[in-house]
Amino acid sequence: MTDTRRQGLSEQGFAFLILLPAAVVIFGVVLFPLVTTFIYSLQNMELISAEKGKFLGLLNYARVLGSDWFWQALGRTMYFTLVSLAVETVLGLLIALLLNTRFFGVGLLRVLIIVPWATPGIVTASIWKWIYNPEYGALNALLTRLHLMGQYRAWLSDPFLAMNMVILADVWKMTPFAVIFFLAALQFINKSLYEAATVDGAGVFRRFWSITLPYLVPTISVVGVMRTMEKFKAFDVFYVMTRGGPANGTKVLVYEAYLKAFGNLQYSISSTVSYLIALLVLGFTLVYVRLLKQGEAHE
Amino acid sequence: MTRTRAFPVMQYFFGLLVLLFVAAPVAWMFITSISIHRDIITVPLRFIPRQATLQRYLDVFTNPENEIANAFKIAMRNSLIVSGSVTVISLVIGSLASYAFARLRFAFKSKILYLILFTYMIPSVVVVMPLYLLLSRLGMLNSRPTLVLLYLTMTLPFVIWVMQTYFGSLSRTFEESASLEGCNRLQVLWHIYFPMARPGIIATAILSFLIAWDEFFFALIFTSTLDAKTISVAIAEFSGKHYVDYEMIAAGGVIAALPPVLIAVIFQKYIVMGMTAGGIKE
Repeated sequence: MTDTRRQGLSEQGFAFLILLPAAVVIFGVVLFPLVTTFIYSLQNMELISAEKGKFLGLLNYARVLGSDWFWQALGRTMYFTLVSLAVETVLGLLIALLLNTRFFGVGLLRVLIIVPWATPGIVTASIWKWIYNPEYGALNALLTRLHLMGQYRAWLSDPFLAMNMVILADVWKMTPFAVIFFLAALQFINKSLYEAATVDGAGVFRRFWSITLPYLVPTISVVGVMRTMEKFKAFDVFYVMTRGGPANGTKVLVYEAYLKAFGNLQYSISSTVSYLIALLVLGFTLVYVRLLKQGEAHE
Repeated sequence: MTRTRAFPVMQYFFGLLVLLFVAAPVAWMFITSISIHRDIITVPLRFIPRQATLQRYLDVFTNPENEIANAFKIAMRNSLIVSGSVTVISLVIGSLASYAFARLRFAFKSKILYLILFTYMIPSVVVVMPLYLLLSRLGMLNSRPTLVLLYLTMTLPFVIWVMQTYFGSLSRTFEESASLEGCNRLQVLWHIYFPMARPGIIATAILSFLIAWDEFFFALIFTSTLDAKTISVAIAEFSGKHYVDYEMIAAGGVIAALPPVLIAVIFQKYIVMGMTAGGIKE
């Protein structure tokens, strides 16, 4: 403890000193707007209203929760989240299992798999928007060339189809994320378990079902929760590809909150929607923290 | 292991499928960027164009007359400056803070750590409006330092979280002997701790850069002129116009994707380490 006396700082004092810059930036920039948005959500902030600034209590929340558009946007967000997550997890698992085996060129594939993930979201969205182009798009050209489709389609003109096409673009970008996590986990699996199972006569599927899958469950759940939080915040891909259209078919919660604030200038409604999103994400965060703690308990 | 003869064939078949799925969209973007307009709008489409041109790339770097090309050049510079600054600052501030979490005892330690983790989870849309009203009143819109400050709120929690996990796994013996030899806290930090933690520092540096480079929402809201507009905003803007120059946007996309993709491919090992350290503990 001699050094402590020399510097005239306790361990706690030193800790707070080196924490200070980060704390100032993080809490300084985040806390003020976080509180302000909450206050907005309790007030009348409509610019044209004569009663601007009036305290409304939970009236905005009642108004949002009583509206159809909120539940529709929540439904679209859930659809986007669940479907893309399911596809990315299954596909990610299959690709990770493939890349965990040995064959000529697998090293190159393991490197290349990271490329879609590293490609910026906006670039991904504009590549796929171009691929989906109704007149000159590569997807139309490919599917007609392969005789899978008689004539060109406008992929982003039908509300439900557009949502699925956005999901495909998201799957392209984010499946590698799952693959990277699963591959990292697979490296640590105990090989002797497989050998014992093979000796006992277990086939490929049996070994996958009783050894690999249970082993990967913690990784799958951590990745799943992390991705759910990110997907609830997804914005870029919708902004570039569909702008929430057609016929609101791809209007997810974050896009709705963005439009309400910066398109319609409905500050209080937008704040209310944002806070509801934050509450949902907070719920996922708690699940995530619990999963991490469970992981530590297993050590 | 029992291996059937069909197994290698299936490996190659699925390997090829994965390769196509991963590479085809990127390859198509590159082909579009070097094609002449006539080839691109042919029906039926020619996947291999008859002519190739690098003119668009040349335009981006040398032709200030071409509106889109010039915007891409300036926006790329903005992106590089902003992401570079974010990386350096979050490393310095973040590694100091993570040292406190990994090594020191102080009040409310785990509460503060989880609060930081929580701020990382807050969706940008929740804080954007008051920030916009405040920053526009202060005249701080369209400025690179503003973007850097905002991005730090995203990268710092991440850097702290990953680094304290990584640092926590390092052995304490060297530090203890160094402080017995009379090094003060900062000397221990600088001479012993940071060199040991180098792989973790590299990993978080790369991930901070990628986070900042990829960010779009704040950049869209807080920048509207070329003073600070990032490459993502420039690309989104030109692909939303009524007349869309697909080839030029593809060229912009290739240029915008190059820095993060190269970094990711070269430093893949570190990225995997950083990502898994943040999420899972072995």
